[in-house]
Amino acid sequence: MTQPKILSGRFDLAVVADIVEPGSRVLDVGCGDGLLLQMLTSQKNVDGRGVELSQRGVNDCVAKGLSVIQGDADTDLSDYPKDGFDYVILSQTLQATQRPRVVLDNMLRIGRRAIVSFPNFGHWRVRTELLLRGRMPKTSNLDYNWYDTPNIHLCTIRDFVDLTNEIGAHIQRGVALDRAGAPFKLKAPWPVMNLLGAQAIFLLERGHDANARR
Amino acid sequence: MFPAPPPNANATASPNGRSIVFAPDQPLVTDGGGTIAPLTIGFETYGTLNAARSNAILLCHALTGDQYAASMHPLTGKSGWWDVLVGPGLPFDTDRYFIICSNVVGGCMGSTGPASVNPATGRAYGLDFPVVTIRDMVRAQAMLIDHFGIDTLFCVAGGSMGGMQVLQWAASYPERVFAAMPIATAARHSSQNIAFHEVGRQAIMADPEWRGGRYLDEGVRPEKGLAVARMSAHITYLSEQALQRKFGRKLQDRSAPTFSFDADFQIESYLRHQGLAFVERFDANSYLFVTRACDYFDLAADYGGKLAAAFKDAKTRFCVISFTSDWLYPTSASRAIVHALNAGGASVSFVEIASDKGHDAFLLYEPDFFATTRGFLDAAAAARGLPPAEAPR
Repeated sequence: MTQPKILSGRFDLAVVADIVEPGSRVLDVGCGDGLLLQMLTSQKNVDGRGVELSQRGVNDCVAKGLSVIQGDADTDLSDYPKDGFDYVILSQTLQATQRPRVVLDNMLRIGRRAIVSFPNFGHWRVRTELLLRGRMPKTSNLDYNWYDTPNIHLCTIRDFVDLTNEIGAHIQRGVALDRAGAPFKLKAPWPVMNLLGAQAIFLLERGHDANARR
Repeated sequence: MFPAPPPNANATASPNGRSIVFAPDQPLVTDGGGTIAPLTIGFETYGTLNAARSNAILLCHALTGDQYAASMHPLTGKSGWWDVLVGPGLPFDTDRYFIICSNVVGGCMGSTGPASVNPATGRAYGLDFPVVTIRDMVRAQAMLIDHFGIDTLFCVAGGSMGGMQVLQWAASYPERVFAAMPIATAARHSSQNIAFHEVGRQAIMADPEWRGGRYLDEGVRPEKGLAVARMSAHITYLSEQALQRKFGRKLQDRSAPTFSFDADFQIESYLRHQGLAFVERFDANSYLFVTRACDYFDLAADYGGKLAAAFKDAKTRFCVISFTSDWLYPTSASRAIVHALNAGGASVSFVEIASDKGHDAFLLYEPDFFATTRGFLDAAAAARGLPPAEAPR
């Protein structure tokens, strides 16, 4: 499949689109202007829904014919019934939520699978900024000052893997992306990816034990 | 392939506009067990029904609204109540869609209501008129839509009580509604909603001129009571912020308080004016009936207490809209609708429009409201296979 021009520079969306099986039901949390949903609808024939906080984003989505609800991941996911979707997607938003663990729990309740992408705070540039310059890191992915950043729950790839274990989710796929947003071709162990990956995308599946706990 | 739209054989031009009469062999049997026959429905249409009859939109008016959504009101001379959204090139584009708006049953602008003649007595119904529900209003609208030979409405839209009708349409006739826009509304009337309506009704009934509802027989009208009902209701349509901005504590045509009970404050003068203007165009008993219809509205109650069951397997595309400063039908009420639609797996969009204009915002030009409505309708029209707008906007 050729990558649409519109997605140049958003490799993470292309990776997400690659993971989603055709014809499935997808909830995109923090869907922005609906780029991914539109792509999944047209290319993968998914039944897509979205949640978006900004008025502008919702308007853009509705104008595209997408079904999008104004709301946010922290407060509104609990309203969704169990197993309403095959995939629940959260792109570059987890680190900005108030309670990331609750959000993840909710995602794996609403859908059997969750696709989560986030900036990796374990990236070597982040580490060196803090180590050598002694300042809160600012990178192309995390271009905010410490006092005005919306990213209040940053984590490393390793931290995230720990959390998935804790909530009993199975990692089905994990992809690290370089600074340009392209997936690493080389297969490397996670500690290496945690150093080299600027972003990561995980496909999680609900674990049985997690199910039992609910 | 499709026959031409039927001529409105029964439609007549009256001072109140167009109407159709359903003969006694087509009665409206109400939820309360009453029968309304003959049934007259006053309506207006805008635009042209296409050959496939696939471009019809039903607009449902609010409590004291009427069928004059986009044309001059015959009594007040004012422009249509949804002039900002309905017209050529507007979101409800009369160049593209065939737009129908009918007066609700129980109303007083051409549809059968308590001021109509009761065939059993030859006098006005008064309180003998059956208490009607939102579902009865929708049944009457469905009769009108049948009359037009329309199977599926492209869209049903409306705000406030109109939004309740939209929800009822989607629940009662899911296969006949392609798209639905319930705006600034709720799936059930809250205790507070009922309370305000009861204040209005009591004001009317406390007016000596109400005469137990038989004022028309005696050639009088409970104007004072109806005006007070309108005044109290009008406050609920506005936000505190909007009131404060518009009126504050400003005095009316005077520089100091008069130490009397004159309308010293502008807000008092404004409300009195609203009350007086209202009694010119509205029937007091109608006000009792339409407020009652809202009070009885609890869509979930008809579906075992589960609102989601009302929208089970709905194929209709929904766009739910609320306004931040609307405390009469607050965003939480819209969210409850969205929640139920989501639970049923329906296709639903939801937007909370930032506005400080209160409940009335749905009648006003709000850019984001305008944009959302246009976007939703354009996208739904494309999905329905309707041709795009011809002229560039």
